[in-house]
Parts: sequence; structure tokens; C-alpha cells
Amino acid sequence: MKIAIASGKGGTGKTTLSTNLAAYLAEKQEVVLVDLDVEEPNSGLFIKAELLREEEKYKMIPQWNPDTCILCGNCQEVCNFHAVLKLGEQIMVFPELCHSCYACSELCPTNSLPMVPQKMGELKHFNSGTLSFIESRLEIGQEQAVPLIRQTNKYVEECFSEQVIKLFDSPPGTSCPVIEATKDADFIILVTEPTPFGLHDLTLAVETMRELKKNFGVVINRHGIGNDEVEKYCSAENIPLLARIPNDRQIAELYSRGELLYKKIPGVKEQLDLLIHHIEGLESAGER
Amino acid sequence: MKEIVVISGKGGTGKTSITASLAYLGGKDIVLADCDVDAADMHLLMQPDFGQAKDFYSGLIAEIRQDDCIQCGKCADICRFDAIPVIDGKYIVDPLSCEGCGYCPRVCPTDAIDMLDMNVGKWYVSTIKTGTTMVHAKLGIGADNSGKLVAHVKNEAKRIAEEEDKEIVLVDGSPGVGCPVVSSLSGAKFVVLVTEPTVSGLHDLKRVYELVDKFNIPAGCIINKADLNPQVSAEIESFLKQENIGHIASLPYDENFTAAMTQGKTIVEYDENNLNEILTQSWAKIKQIA
Amino acid sequence: MKIAFTTKGAKWDAQMDTRFGRAQFILLYDDSTDSFTSIDNSAVENVAHGAGPQTAQKLFDLKPNVLITGNGPGGNAATVLTKAGLKIYIGAGDMTVRQAYEAYKQGELKAF
Repeated sequence: MKIAIASGKGGTGKTTLSTNLAAYLAEKQEVVLVDLDVEEPNSGLFIKAELLREEEKYKMIPQWNPDTCILCGNCQEVCNFHAVLKLGEQIMVFPELCHSCYACSELCPTNSLPMVPQKMGELKHFNSGTLSFIESRLEIGQEQAVPLIRQTNKYVEECFSEQVIKLFDSPPGTSCPVIEATKDADFIILVTEPTPFGLHDLTLAVETMRELKKNFGVVINRHGIGNDEVEKYCSAENIPLLARIPNDRQIAELYSRGELLYKKIPGVKEQLDLLIHHIEGLESAGER
Repeated sequence: MKEIVVISGKGGTGKTSITASLAYLGGKDIVLADCDVDAADMHLLMQPDFGQAKDFYSGLIAEIRQDDCIQCGKCADICRFDAIPVIDGKYIVDPLSCEGCGYCPRVCPTDAIDMLDMNVGKWYVSTIKTGTTMVHAKLGIGADNSGKLVAHVKNEAKRIAEEEDKEIVLVDGSPGVGCPVVSSLSGAKFVVLVTEPTVSGLHDLKRVYELVDKFNIPAGCIINKADLNPQVSAEIESFLKQENIGHIASLPYDENFTAAMTQGKTIVEYDENNLNEILTQSWAKIKQIA
Repeated sequence: MKIAFTTKGAKWDAQMDTRFGRAQFILLYDDSTDSFTSIDNSAVENVAHGAGPQTAQKLFDLKPNVLITGNGPGGNAATVLTKAGLKIYIGAGDMTVRQAYEAYKQGELKAF
């Protein structure tokens, strides 16, 4: 079972929900939490676990071989991303602009741009009892999250059996990294706030999930502030409302210190139970 | 004409609410540019009339003309993004996977693949409730914000500001540390950093300031929800001192932020007390320094 | 000596463009012959990512000794410009080209 936790914009409580849900589920079963918000992975600030493994992750980029290059400029011409430039008598490659499409390399008449691996980030694998935690972090200056997300998903697939429940903390927004992070999930939890901003960003996220033909539900964070427009929207659109995490200044304070909530705030635990109940329903429906 | 850019690195710090308040205080002296295109929420507070709308194109996408395709499969073989699956015996480009690299048309023996300009959204020039102009954009699904779109929104705002002789272009900047934020910052006269005293807030503030510093742009900081964690707030303040960043103001954790938003109002319209006063002073300070 | 400026117009009295990668024009002044060349850089508007290195490539081919600009180039563009071996001065964003040239002569601009 793969569950992605996503939201239309940043700062809605996506990471808070992911980490609390993971830790709570892990009290009863084996769980893996994967932080796919590779540009700003913050889940690790809330999870205390032991580092098991560390891997460098690479993407393929062209590397210029001046000895065989005839300076025809074909590479510069075929690169739609302006990642290869001919500067006088030399060819320069800009790794962070490169999408690893291989066009320059494979279309070079003298094979002077072989593809070589370049470090784009790091994957870390932590463990604490039944809870495993995988975090990938993009190197500063690297702009493309998608390849790292793809490789992280692959790592998780190879490391854990089908039975293990997998939670994916996705990047915010509705752009390519979110699509990459959610497209293989069996179910998606959209986290939002009951405010006009929250509703607006939720509608965008819902559009995206419908486009991807995904099964999804909504969790309202900071329930009690704002208004009930998100609830009305969900019921009008027939979107299941899975849980309502209460608004509480104490929650904000615990978050600011990097602490888990459900152990200290009973209301949060209750709502997580509701959410887990829904997930278990999905699982048994899937087995049937 | 001065360009003032508000950025935060991380989402949820209250950047848009604060920028909208500054815009409200700026009244007709400013032109507003919303470059936070991934989560463009400013319009919810400023009541734009969506006066002029135009399509925005960015990047390319491959399309196979089925009449000319001989099903040789070369395009699918070379595509590194698995974007050309075979559906009902036909090679079809999956628009969500295609990155627009343009490799496939170069290997197609029958020239059956076109690279089309991709319509990624719309941009608008609107009149807002303060009577001034706002330039903003809305992206389609799976479309990435880009330096190009940000530059476009800002250029339009600057052009209007020059035409109408406005003092200030106020920019709600893009999140993160990538190309869109570089484009948001380029040309800025002054940067307002909005942060919150959380472990992730401080972390992201440092990351985004690296960029501001590299561009040599003077900056000031507003700490939102400052009383939420006095210890991290103090850490932020010492970071500001060390980097010589002006501490413009600290705002308390206040649910009026949300209450104002719920009514579609900026904080300064809704709150008549503490928040209003701090934000009014902040705007005066920003205008003075920038 | 050849000096390049990032500008908003093709004239000596044009405003400087604060931006590097997305500058509208590059103005090239050769003080040994007192001659001007202007290069329209507005096509860069259509570049989604990587405007900086594109503009830097143009400068590379123009081979000026000095570049005078506003906020300064980003990382990628700076790499190209370093290869071109030119000196970069910043902080001229609010000036006209003429003022920027004078400021440079007086040593008032900051080296990048």
C-alpha cells in the first residue's frame, strides 16, 4: 500500500501529518516514511532514528572530450535547455540545466560528449524499530527534483516488500515533482487549511489528482480557524473528508520545536485513528 | 521606480498575507506583481478584475502526426522519459512525461514529429481594490513556474509602473532557491525576507539569503509568529545581525491573519490594533530604506 | 579597451539594465576608437531557464575587457564570464550608460 501526502501549497501541515501518521502507525505495524520533498526535506527534523545507509544519487550528464571534438556546434544546437554552450574553442556543460535527454551525446558525430554520472543528491535510510525513514536531499544548485524522486521511489521499491505500508511526503504544488511523487500511489491524502488560500490551493490539487485519475481524500489541518468553505467544497465534490486536525497554539509550538503531536494532544490521536480506519478500509477493499 | 521583492524560501510563513498588506498600504503608489505563481493566492485578497487575460507559452512538447508515422519506434527507443508509449498500436506522446527535449524529431525518419509551443497558463493585468494595477498569472496542471514567466510578469508590472509614473513595483516572489526565485530577485532594489521561528523556517531563510547575498541586494527581515518559539526567534535575530540584515519587525502569532483572509481582506484592513500598527510601521521603514 | 554594458536601450544616454541574463541590450564601447556597437538581447525573453549563460555566451564572442552591469550575473553566467577573462563591475543599475562609464572611470563601481 502506497499513500502519498500532498498539498497545493507549502506550509499547510503536510510534513506534520506525514510524520505523526508514520510514527503512530509504527506502534502497530511496519511502516516506511519517505520524504520526497527533495528540495526542502523537513520530515527528518521530527523523526529520531538511527542512520542505516547513505547513498549518493547521480544523474547522467554529458562530459566534453576536447581531444576528439571537431567543434561543429551540433550539441549546442540540439540542446533545448541551453545546457551545452560552445564558447570559442571549447564546449561547456551546465549540469543543473541538463535534463539528461542524451540528445547532444548520442547525436555527436565524433562521440565527444559521453554521458557520465554527476552527483545530484543524497539518499539516507534510517530505522527505529518498525519505522523506517528514507530521505533524499537535492544538492544546492541542482534544480531538477524529478530524477531524484524517481530514484528514491525505486530504492523504496527494492528495499521493502509489498506488505509494508509506505507513506510518501510529497513536494508542495501541482508541478512535475508532485506528479512524479504521486503517480504510483494507491491513495493520496491532500492536506489543506480551512481558509480561502487553503481552499484555492486545494481545488488546484484536486484538479491535478483528477487529471491523474487518482483516488484521494482530504485532511483539514488547523480545523477551527477560517471558515467551513473547504467542508462545503468537499461534500459538493463528493471528496471524502478523512480527518480534521484541530487548531491549537500548542500544536504550532510543538511543531516549531520539531516534536511529534499525537503523543501530547489527544485530539490529534483521535483524528489519526479516523484516518487510519479509512486507510485500512482501502487495504481490505484492495485485497478483495 | 524601485522594485521591492518579498520572498520567504519556505511556504506557510505568511508571506502573501504580509505582501498584500504592504500593497494595501502602498495604495496607488505601487504596481503589484504576483510572481509566486505556484501558489498564486494574492488575488483572493486584492479582488482583481482579471481585466486583460493572455495565454502564456513556455517550453515545447512533442506531437506525432499519426498520418506520417510509420510505427518504427525509434522515437520511443531514444526517449529517456518514457514519454512515448504505444496505445492501441499507435505511438502517442504522454504530455505529462514529455520534457520537450526535442530529441525525437531529430531521429524520426519521416519527420512525423512536431515540437509545439506549450500553453502553460494565462497571465493577467488587473485593476485591484486599491485602484492600482496588479500583474499575475495562473499555471496549468503539471506546468512549472519558470524564470521566463516570472520575468514576464515583472516586466509587465515595470512597464506599467513607468508608464503611469508609479514609485514602486512590489513583487510577491517565488518560493524555493531555483531559477524562478533568481528571476524574482534579478533587478530588485530591496528584498524583504519573511520567516517564522520554526526549525524549518530558519533553515530555509539561510538558504534563500545565500542567493540574495550573491546578488548583492540589501535586505530586511520580518519575523512572523515571533512569539511561537522565542528561542528560534533569538537565533534568527542573531543571524540577521551577523549578516547585517535589517530587522524590520516581529509580528506575533495572531489568528487575525486567518480571520482577515477568511473575509477576503488584508490584515491592515481587518485589524485595527497591534498588527495594523506594526505593518504600517514596517511599510514606512521599507520605503525609507529601499 | 572594449567595455560592455547591460542596458535598456541602444544609446549612450539609455538607462542601464540592472539584470544581467535578461538584459534587453548589450552596448559595447571601444574607447580607443570611441565607437559603439549595440546588440539586441531581447530574444532571451523566450528562454525559460538558463538566460544567464546565453547572454554570457554573447559576451564571450564580443570579447570585451570589462563588463559593467547592475546586480551581477548568476552562478552559471559567472562561470562563462570567468572563462572569457573579463573584469566585472556591478552596482550601476540606477545609472545611464554615460554615468556608469564615468563612475567606472572614477573607480566608483564595485568589482564582482
